[in-house]
Amino acid sequence: MSLNANTARAASRALAGAGEPDRGNKQAPKVGVFQRRKGATQESPAVNAVLTVILSIGAIVMAAPLAWMVSTSLKTKEGVYSLPPEWIPDPFVWETYVRVFDDTYVLSGIKNSLIVAVSVTVVGTIFSSLAAFALAKLRLPGKNAIFLMLLSGMMVPFPTLMIPQFVMFSRIGWVDTLLPLIVPVILGNVIMIFFLRQYLHNVPDSLVEAAKIDGASYLKIFWTMILPLIRPAIAAQFILWFMAVWNDYLAPIIYLNSPEKQTLQVVIANMNAQYATQQDYPLIMAASVISVIPILIVFLIFQRQIIESIALTGSKT
Amino acid sequence: MEMATTTDTDQVNSTWTKADQKAARKRSAALHRKEHAWAAAFMAPPVIGWVAFLLFPMAFSIYASLTNWNGIGNMTFIGFDNYTRLVQDPYFWKALWNTIFYMIGIPIGLAISLALALALSRKIRGRTFFRTVYYIPVISSLAAIAILWQWAYNGDFGLVNQVLALVGIDGPNWLQDPNWAKPALIIMAVWKGLGYSTLLYLAAVQAVPRSLYEAASLDGASGWKKFTKITWPMVQPVTFFLVVTNIIAGSMIFTEINIMTPTGGPSWSTASLVWYVWNQAFRNLQMGYATAMALVLGILVLIVTAIQFRINRANDFSID
Repeated sequence: MSLNANTARAASRALAGAGEPDRGNKQAPKVGVFQRRKGATQESPAVNAVLTVILSIGAIVMAAPLAWMVSTSLKTKEGVYSLPPEWIPDPFVWETYVRVFDDTYVLSGIKNSLIVAVSVTVVGTIFSSLAAFALAKLRLPGKNAIFLMLLSGMMVPFPTLMIPQFVMFSRIGWVDTLLPLIVPVILGNVIMIFFLRQYLHNVPDSLVEAAKIDGASYLKIFWTMILPLIRPAIAAQFILWFMAVWNDYLAPIIYLNSPEKQTLQVVIANMNAQYATQQDYPLIMAASVISVIPILIVFLIFQRQIIESIALTGSKT
Repeated sequence: MEMATTTDTDQVNSTWTKADQKAARKRSAALHRKEHAWAAAFMAPPVIGWVAFLLFPMAFSIYASLTNWNGIGNMTFIGFDNYTRLVQDPYFWKALWNTIFYMIGIPIGLAISLALALALSRKIRGRTFFRTVYYIPVISSLAAIAILWQWAYNGDFGLVNQVLALVGIDGPNWLQDPNWAKPALIIMAVWKGLGYSTLLYLAAVQAVPRSLYEAASLDGASGWKKFTKITWPMVQPVTFFLVVTNIIAGSMIFTEINIMTPTGGPSWSTASLVWYVWNQAFRNLQMGYATAMALVLGILVLIVTAIQFRINRANDFSID
């Protein structure tokens, strides 16, 4: 238990500073998470120039494999093997992207991944925030014990549970459906509960008490008062959770056998095994690009919010 | 708390009769009961999930690990045979060794991340751009990344060897070579995780009060000294957090192993513990034995994190 508390404390401390101005310098203007503070010690332009070069080389190393993935997806089957390798495909084969939707299970994969990720994160977020509200603000004998009990779940790795869970779900005939991917996780995410609970500790109890005296129901207090307050924390956790579910691979390959029922990650992994023997690398890469693009777009649009709200979540802990 | 339920009566100033007190207590109790009921209802879903999908499977696991069982037929109780088999199973030890070997990537990744964070905390043009580029592999799906790198590691046509050829190095056939398969996976994991650690380190580095550096400068401290005496201790909580989360995640490494080396790699050089458990359970239907291994894995993770926690407590650094 203390491990989790401590880990989270470390994380929150790590992130905490991000949202706050220097403690030692109360007069410092409030700045954004990753904005530079003014009045820092002078930096040598020469050193910064060298660092820029190093960072640029690093950026190329980071981006090159992904650029190569896109490039390969647009090549002809034979173009993949040209030596020296061509970065700009000649000719561009856009037709591969039509083929990937017509001939493979990518489309149903996207659909299945969306069903799992949306239902889990939307409903799970509601359950998690209700539980966090109760744990932080309502009275129930032994609620701290309940919280510690839930936290203990974070210590048990999924691989330890996957076999008995699989047996449970196979007994009730849920294998080869999306249900085993949804039901165990939809009831609440311990990490989210943990963060929201910490976040709520900054909300004065008197607010909730006042609402109670006014005769507001608990659901109403949650909906009109608590939910708007914790929205930034929810947003950060929601996005992280969505990405985790979208990118999950181990649970889906255990449960999903029929190609049309598989989630996108399993579909592309199976395509990788199947089409590699046919040397159809453009098709495999096109499917991989498709699996990365949606999350990438979400990230690029909400980049600032994602990064800053993660830091904000931490600073409220 | 009693306040809320009693002071709003109009009898606050009068002396309370026994009956009044009793009524008030009753009302307060009723209100509390109502609050308890709602609190319990709100906590119910995750608690039900905990019991049904954690406690019950754990209990079942412990029993199943003591049986010979293919997952469908009868469970034959065989005592600790699975555990003795495990100790004598060279594949288990090999998988454990491989899993531990992958952890070499953790300090390497953290060192690079901290260096990147320090560079990015300076007044450098295009910092936001760099931060974004370094972060893209983090959000990309591991399955897609594994597929991409499997192709990039292709001995003849892969990107990695093409680049190495430019500087005159004749690269190995990475994933087919027992000596290079594990390093190949480590390089990929470092590449993928770099952005995340850099982001956390960047937040921590920028949170270090400038006044500390200014005071150190006045005392004539060198850049290296400032790093070892100020920056490193101040980011220590992040380091600890990253080490623990990376060890936990690393002990569960599976996706890239299964996609890039579906048979456990050349001479079984890449098979990880979770991959072996999965293989035994779902391919060989050795459910009892696999459950025993999965439990051992869970306990190992627990021990490692507990040790980490103790170490961290021993040299906890705080400026609060």
